[in-house]
Amino acid sequence: MAAEVEMKPENLVYAKPRLITDKTMHYCPGCSHGVVHKLVAEVIDEMGLEHDAIGISPVGCAVLAYDYIDIDWVESAHGRATTLATAIKRLRPDKMVFTYQGDGDLAAIGTGETIHAGNRGENITIIFINNAIYGMTGGQMAPTTLVGMKTATTPYGRDTHLNGYPYKIGEVMSLLDGVCYVTRQSVHTPAAVRKAKKAIRKAFENSMAGRGLSLVEIVATCNSGWKLSPVEANRWMEEHMMEFYPLGDLKDTEKK
Amino acid sequence: MIKEEIIIAGFGGQGVLSMGKILAYSGVMQGLEVSWMPSYGPEMRGGTANVTVILSDRPISSPISHDFDTAIILNQQSMDKFEPMVKPGGVLIYDPNGITRTPERQDIQVYSIDATAEAARSGNMRVFNTMILGGYLKVKPILTFDYVIAGLAKSLPERLHKLLPANEAAIRQGMELIRPR
Amino acid sequence: MEEVKLMKGNEVVAEAAVRCGCDGYFGYPITPQSEILETLMQMRPWETTGMVVLQAESEVAAINMVYGGAACGKKVMTSSSSPGISLMCEGLSYLAGAELPCVVVNVSRGGPGLGTIQPSQADYFQAVKGGGHGDYHLIVLAPNSVQEMYDFVFLGFELAFRYLNPVMILSDGVIGQMMEKVVLSAPVARWTDEQIAAQSSSWAVYGKPETRTRNIVTSLELEADRQEKVNLKLIEKYRRVAAEEVRYETSLCEDADYVLVAYGSSARICAKVVEMAREEGHKVGLLRPITLYPFPTKAIRELADRVKGFLSVEMNAGQMVEDVRLAAEHCAPVAHYGRMGGVVHSPSEVYEALKREFINQ
Repeated sequence: MAAEVEMKPENLVYAKPRLITDKTMHYCPGCSHGVVHKLVAEVIDEMGLEHDAIGISPVGCAVLAYDYIDIDWVESAHGRATTLATAIKRLRPDKMVFTYQGDGDLAAIGTGETIHAGNRGENITIIFINNAIYGMTGGQMAPTTLVGMKTATTPYGRDTHLNGYPYKIGEVMSLLDGVCYVTRQSVHTPAAVRKAKKAIRKAFENSMAGRGLSLVEIVATCNSGWKLSPVEANRWMEEHMMEFYPLGDLKDTEKK
Repeated sequence: MIKEEIIIAGFGGQGVLSMGKILAYSGVMQGLEVSWMPSYGPEMRGGTANVTVILSDRPISSPISHDFDTAIILNQQSMDKFEPMVKPGGVLIYDPNGITRTPERQDIQVYSIDATAEAARSGNMRVFNTMILGGYLKVKPILTFDYVIAGLAKSLPERLHKLLPANEAAIRQGMELIRPR
Repeated sequence: MEEVKLMKGNEVVAEAAVRCGCDGYFGYPITPQSEILETLMQMRPWETTGMVVLQAESEVAAINMVYGGAACGKKVMTSSSSPGISLMCEGLSYLAGAELPCVVVNVSRGGPGLGTIQPSQADYFQAVKGGGHGDYHLIVLAPNSVQEMYDFVFLGFELAFRYLNPVMILSDGVIGQMMEKVVLSAPVARWTDEQIAAQSSSWAVYGKPETRTRNIVTSLELEADRQEKVNLKLIEKYRRVAAEEVRYETSLCEDADYVLVAYGSSARICAKVVEMAREEGHKVGLLRPITLYPFPTKAIRELADRVKGFLSVEMNAGQMVEDVRLAAEHCAPVAHYGRMGGVVHSPSEVYEALKREFINQ
């Protein structure tokens, strides 16, 4: 048996972010949530916001986000995260308040709350995981489910006559005067991860500067719900999701 | 012992609620217990409006009453509804304008006050309700005149205090105008 | 500085909120209580005390804003009327589950459905027996005057923070819309962030300081065993509330043959019924529950041994009467009288019912 090798600091190329807890994550292997959690934790730490960040977790797979990032958290009822964030930010304007929501939470049951928080120009950030499916309840149709996509409640594929069309809430939010920044990112390649992290940082900075609401949409995989291997899921996302949900900034009032 | 339960009823826009407010404020100025309970149903939006005002020198139990010491009636619907709710021996005051059926009860004291016509003649319809109030104060001298003037000032926002002299005059005019049946 | 004013029940809720050092009010307009939000907007407390006032996009949003604000350890409240309270029931369940303090005012109106906008007491079950899902209780206060409408905002916050539980002030259109004299107490300063950190550091969320580990406000448990522990803890709390916070008022019950049981505006009406009955030589008294949860069960049980009957008078089809019956334990007959749908019963109607049910039997 090999002797235990002591890791020299100069050889350390990667470590778990300081604000990620030791709790074992419940996310499926291949899921995007873990990467996005890591980015949120890193940005909070790098911005020195450990003591000033308040997160709102949703109902959905990320309901337990509070178990993994070592900051103060409130767990919201389904879809209402932005109303909690509204009150918290208005009562504690010195704090950095963000919600972390999935497509069902943000764009189905919480559409009204999301749009009105944006319309009021609340100085909060929404991290929006769009994987086009309900993960937690077992793979049902989300508002963002692509046409033809099979889910537990669209077993023959999403039929527009029956189920309507996939919903681009990022684009909808970008129309609102109270929203300062909407961007669509992904975390399926190292380069994408770096860009997503920059976007999250920019959003948090907007919130602290009082510029209005920022929305960072992450086009993500749900390989369990999609019934694909992690690698296949990434490929499928590139081929199908990104065609309908193209990456890039949808709105940035700072960029003139 | 003072215990006066009053219903004021008419069309929305006739100043029914504000007349009640003046009475209530006057009662407070005089050191009485008061309650002011408006109708706030759909009738508020263009139909009939009414308010129950209770003045008492003891704590008021029910702010709701169906047996009034005094009814001030300003339209026919209210006449039909509230004439039967005046206590025997109580007072009913009405403005004959728009009344098609005059009060029929013989066990109550009925007074009429031609305030609509008088206010129209004077060219200031806005003092119509204080004129009626004057008539009431003449018949039921529970509230003293000075407290009523103080209550009037309290019930009006300050930007409308320029209207106080006209209203005071209208109260005096109403006192002259009221007639027994 | 104390002041005596002539004000509407709704208006004094706004005054009370500002004067008790409330940090935030979140509401949505609905008749017959819109004056609460309107008065607050007129008062602009954000320029004086720093209180936040926000018109939400719905009652659902308003109660969840309350949830967020309460999670920060702040004094927050909302108000609505029956249909709006129905929309808030989800949030109330979450607030109770997460053990968050807040005050919710219901100026109730006729139902079910859109119902009417006139006064009603048909939300007793909703307020006292749940409304939302799960085993929980609100502490429910029933004001019967404009003064109590004012006082109970203060009392409500006191109880909410003592027990970390939502408090409902169950009022109705009569109390909300009527004007009476009210004594407005001297304003109390809002809590500073330091005070909040000192008194609520074990649970409130305001950005994890270096002095403590992170707080998580949640009503979620994944394991049934752990959720049951939460339930047991809540039940233990409700027992303490029931032991220590029952409030009621009796009048002329000492020699009474018949006792009217009524709360809120109905109790005012019944006070007059007692006067009318006593004038005619009938020994009638009034028991007025001030807390509807916890309910004055013991007081009713004691009376049940010596009275000939209880008449539960409520502007509904008979809701509190069930609790009166349970309390009386069949030691005295219990009947119900009440008009519905926004019709307010008159003292003489109630008196007639009392004669019909008991006195003339």
